[in-house]
Amino acid sequence: MELNSKVPDVPIEQAWDRRKFEMKLVNPANKRKYNIIVVGSGLAGASAAATLGELGYNVQCFCYQDSPRRAHSIAAQGGINAAKNYQNDGDSVFRLFYDTVKGGDFRAREYNVYRLAQLSLNIIDQCVAQGVPFAREYGGLLENRSFGGAQVSRTFYARGQTGQQLLLGAYQALQRQVAAGQVKMYARHEMLDLVVIDGRARGIVTRDLITGRIESYAADLVILATGGYGNVYYLSTNAKGCNATAIWRAYKRGALFANPCFTQIHPTCIPVTGEYQSKLTLMSESLRNDGRIWVPKRKGDTRPPDEIPEDERDYFLERKYPAFGNLVPRDVASRNAKAVCDEGRGVGPGGYGVYLDFRDAIKRLGREVIEERYGNLFDMYERITGEDPYRVPMRIYPASHYTMGGLWVDYNLMSTIPGLFVAGEANFSDHGANRLGASALMQGLADGYFILPYTVGDYLASNKLEKVDTTHPAFRSAEAEVACNIKRLLDVRGSRSVDSFHRELGKLVWDYCGMSRTAEGLKYALKKIPELREQYWREVRVPGESEEFNQSLEKAGRVADFFELAELMCLDALHRNESCGGHFREEYQTPDGEALRNDDEYCYVAAWEYRGEDNAPALHKEPLTFKYVQPAQRSYK
Amino acid sequence: MNLILHVWRQKNAKDPGRMVRYEARNISAHMSFLEMLDVVNEELIARGEEPIAFDHDCREGICGMCGFMINGVAHGPERGTTVCQLHMRHFKDGDELYIEPWRSRAFPVIKDLVVDRSAFDRIIAAGGYISVRTGSAPDANAIPVPKENAELAMDAAACIACGACVAQCPNGSAALFTGAKIAHLGLLPQGQPERDRRAVAMVVQMTKEGFGHCTNIGECEAVCPKEIKLDVIARMHRDYLHAAWTGRQKPGFREDQPAEEPMAGNRR
Amino acid sequence: MSTAAVEPRLKRTWGLYEVYIGKKLVMAGTGVVLVLYIIGHLLGNLQIYAGPEQMNQYAAFLHSQPGLLWTARIVLLAAVGAHIWSSFLLWRDKRRARPIGYVKKDDIPASYASRTMMWSGPIIAAFVVFHVLHLTTGDVGLGFQPPTAGPTGEAFYAYENVVNGFRYPAVSAAYIFAIALLTMHLYHGMWSMFQSVGISHPRYTPLLKSLAHVFSIAIAAGYISIPVYVMIRFGVK
Ligand SMILES: Cc1cc2nc3c(=O)[nH]c(=O)nc-3n(C[C@H](O)[C@H](O)[C@H](O)COP(=O)(O)OP(=O)(O)OC[C@H]3O[C@@H](n4cnc5c(N)ncnc54)[C@H](O)[C@@H]3O)c2cc1C
Ligand code: HEM
Ligand code: HEM
Ligand code: SF4
Ligand code: F3S
Ligand code: FES
Repeated sequence: MELNSKVPDVPIEQAWDRRKFEMKLVNPANKRKYNIIVVGSGLAGASAAATLGELGYNVQCFCYQDSPRRAHSIAAQGGINAAKNYQNDGDSVFRLFYDTVKGGDFRAREYNVYRLAQLSLNIIDQCVAQGVPFAREYGGLLENRSFGGAQVSRTFYARGQTGQQLLLGAYQALQRQVAAGQVKMYARHEMLDLVVIDGRARGIVTRDLITGRIESYAADLVILATGGYGNVYYLSTNAKGCNATAIWRAYKRGALFANPCFTQIHPTCIPVTGEYQSKLTLMSESLRNDGRIWVPKRKGDTRPPDEIPEDERDYFLERKYPAFGNLVPRDVASRNAKAVCDEGRGVGPGGYGVYLDFRDAIKRLGREVIEERYGNLFDMYERITGEDPYRVPMRIYPASHYTMGGLWVDYNLMSTIPGLFVAGEANFSDHGANRLGASALMQGLADGYFILPYTVGDYLASNKLEKVDTTHPAFRSAEAEVACNIKRLLDVRGSRSVDSFHRELGKLVWDYCGMSRTAEGLKYALKKIPELREQYWREVRVPGESEEFNQSLEKAGRVADFFELAELMCLDALHRNESCGGHFREEYQTPDGEALRNDDEYCYVAAWEYRGEDNAPALHKEPLTFKYVQPAQRSYK
Repeated sequence: MNLILHVWRQKNAKDPGRMVRYEARNISAHMSFLEMLDVVNEELIARGEEPIAFDHDCREGICGMCGFMINGVAHGPERGTTVCQLHMRHFKDGDELYIEPWRSRAFPVIKDLVVDRSAFDRIIAAGGYISVRTGSAPDANAIPVPKENAELAMDAAACIACGACVAQCPNGSAALFTGAKIAHLGLLPQGQPERDRRAVAMVVQMTKEGFGHCTNIGECEAVCPKEIKLDVIARMHRDYLHAAWTGRQKPGFREDQPAEEPMAGNRR
Repeated sequence: MSTAAVEPRLKRTWGLYEVYIGKKLVMAGTGVVLVLYIIGHLLGNLQIYAGPEQMNQYAAFLHSQPGLLWTARIVLLAAVGAHIWSSFLLWRDKRRARPIGYVKKDDIPASYASRTMMWSGPIIAAFVVFHVLHLTTGDVGLGFQPPTAGPTGEAFYAYENVVNGFRYPAVSAAYIFAIALLTMHLYHGMWSMFQSVGISHPRYTPLLKSLAHVFSIAIAAGYISIPVYVMIRFGVK
């Protein structure tokens, strides 16, 4: 299959303008004749649904939570980037573009990233006009901070609740369209299949999570904005309901899945305390601006931290990366934390944690300043751990946080199935092999507010779409398949709970396809996962019925898909014989332990095609070229 | 530690429901309340019974999905905390806990501890937004906002729509929730043009949904996990009365408010 | 559209009342009238310490101005009526808002006064009826002396009536109980009415609250002092 990225063949600065000009327009009077399905109401989904509704299309929007406002975008704390250069510190669209391409370790498509940097300007304008209460300076103008090691201050934030406020802005715009009758919202509806008719995406099959009814919805096109699949690791910073089901079913219907092994592990999360743990909580990365990360020099040192003298502490990031110190990128920080814990120098219960110590910062700046900067985060930490971080250093450990991989899309955000658009974290995105802090929010909103509304119109105007409704046999058969799948799950009537399987799967993926990977480990995982999956289908117990509110059943379906996805992740990780960004293969590193890219052989997007249950998926490559930013070894020394 | 739980079990909206007694054994103090329920549920599943249904998603206190009453207090005994962030170290061995769903006419029970809060979405849809066409916004720095106002707006905007205020209020009022949104938008210059219309539309919708009224009792403020202050309710009253006074808005609800009517401008 | 034109005032006013904030506006407005009366009435009653002549003359003076008296009575009655009617409607809404109650409910820090407005009010109202029968019409007896024709118009025996009544400990107790409830009602009501009409300020509201508390207790002290004074000075029956 030829993967055509459809990037305009003009200089990068003009590309998006050119594309907008080339696109066909839908006559305003005709817009209301088109039905559009948007699955997902996070930043990407809500902004797309609201804007399309406002343009006059008939939109149906779905989410699995009880309200669109609860999509997991709500949890983003840190901030959103934009190349506004309000700080006059040398930022520009090109610099944001450059940083993002470099941060992604040269595995992203240049033209997409450039457009993203351009649109970042409009996003901030839009959000402020909607009433997002971004932090202000005393003069009343917007404040910025630097984030994730960027050398300019370009991150806009609303306390530690940036994602929440941006999402509420989009949600409110969405509700406005709901009231106007332009968008019909289906909350507590989970998409369980995509319906493809004559090669085009024409609808979805959902389960009403309250009544359990299987329902079909037809439309002229489908947009998936269903977020990331980080929950494949069981423990992650994602919400419990985050799932891969929507994109996985699309994959099985023919959409290519790109770079599944590119996952991001965030260094500053609160470590696991026990078996029962259900969820990991992220602590904003901004903590690394003032906190110092260390472990004891000696293995198995169980003294309380304040009894460990200065010269017996190893500030390993400062030691190894004197220039960036504690502010090295996420993947570097995470990997190093894992390394010291693997050496047996980790702290806290289970030995999987490192200290993030504010003692020196409090001494230097005073408790008040620290309180002002991080008060919320300290409170949150204390609430969860019962320890006071003003007195005892925090303990942190990396956790799965973001998935760069996702469905492959072209420059117009359309997948390989015509009429299936993918936005936000669900697509393979503009972040390459690693995401810079504060740029996922930017991408979700760029996709939803400013890209899809154009490209969707172009698709509708340039294609003659037959009318279809849900009586079409393709809907009937998809519904039957979904029902059959559910019945299969319920009929196992085994002895083990869904969670126990998910936990086991998660550990497997975390150990072998997490922060660092080896060919050997991946091969082992590829052997283990199918075994476990088989066991799942033999021994899982899903209580209750299908025609009712049944949370066990919801989970069971999601975990079934994670099993299949996990395998694809490992396959992808195994085939990519290089280290890049979040994908660290231990075999490929420089003598001092840095990721070693192989641009000659792997400078491409790996897009996998589903070929049936019994066949291995086929690999397709979209070669990446870099005309504007020269690939170079990342170095944070 | 070991606990005794009395949990509201209700199969579906039609079932009358009842309290059922469970024992939670070997609970670690580090668990969150929901993790404790997970443990109970695992046991129920092992025994072939249906697990207790409760809403949750982010488990970090921000999505607003979780929430139920613990011993008659919404989100349990800790101030400024959602149940998903409530840890078992706040309980003692042998404690007896009553766990019930939010009770409000506007929040019908779906199952066990799960209720339908879509009324909140309709209140927002009635006017809890600033109308701005995508792409039509002026430069973000074109409108300065005093830092103090931005901070106050942020305080109010922190509401997670969990519904605890309604559940706790002896009158079943949604005044804190609605007031929070009215205050958030009303404190910002961008929110001024629609301020009158918003206040009336949202208050009317809130009333239509069947929420009770506010007699300034203040229990809502005490359980709000985001510590939204009663101030926002006064603001809502003020804005509503102002709108009624200026007379551009019909302050009652005899006819349905058309959703997309042109916004009446206003001074202030 | 309807919003562009100014609504007819009557229709608008009624619309306002449909939503609870309108009802609360009425509660607060009538609350102000009632509070003013309570204050005025207290000042009148405190004249008991100035001796029988002063108090009886004051009563006679009030009754010699039928226009003023009846205006005040009508305003008061209307206010009480509107206050009670609005509170009834609110009570009904409250009942509807939570058809199924909790098995266990804790009233976290809410003040007792704020939660009991719905029954402290009616008890006060019942008390007022009793009180009017006692001291205005004399229907409950207790040594009530009706006004008599005197040299300069009617003579009133307010002082004697009050003294005679309060010498019964049961009567005094009933008054003190009712006044205690009134205090509670005002304890909450006197700041609540500001909040109801939207007057709130992060700095001054706490002050206002304290002021309301002090004020309601001062009123209570003033009123309660009277039966106590009577019983001590004249002894109980
Ligand atoms: C804790 C945390 C902190 C973060 N902090 C930052 C930050 O500071 N800056 C930054 O830029 N990024 C941050 N990120 C990343 C960023 O928040 C996400 O990548 C982004 O919000 C994803 O948005 P989305 O719209 O693609 O998906 P989501 O917001 O996850 O929305 C997914 C939507 O799809 C729906 N859905 C999913 N599956 C189905 C289904 N099967 N059927 C129906 N509906 C479905 C859900 O209901 C939901 O509405 C953070 C992420 C996490 C987890
Ligand atoms: C049947 C009799 C009464 C009932 C049922 C009643 C009920 C109430 C209720 C429920 C409130 C609360 C309103 C709120 O907080 O929003 C209230 C407030 C108030 N009441 Fe009464 N009340 C009664 C009699 C009285 C009397 C006799 C007085 C005065 C002496 C009085 C003075 C007040 C005041 C000042 C307020 C505050 C107004 C406000 O909060 O808006 N009430 N009443
Ligand atoms: C110690 C307490 C009180 C004393 C000694 C007292 C005394 C009196 C007296 C003497 C009268 C008759 C006046 C007259 O007809 O000339 C009167 C009338 C009245 N009192 Fe009181 N009173 C007390 C408390 C209260 C309280 C607490 C209320 C209200 C809550 C109240 C409400 C009234 C009313 C409504 C009337 C009727 C006024 C009228 O005739 O129009 N009183 N009181
Ligand atoms: S105001 Fe507070 S209690 Fe009420 S919904 Fe919002 S966050 Fe929850
Ligand atoms: S508890 Fe209820 S009465 Fe008002 S102040 Fe809060 S909504
Ligand atoms: S689960 Fe999201 S707030 Fe509790």
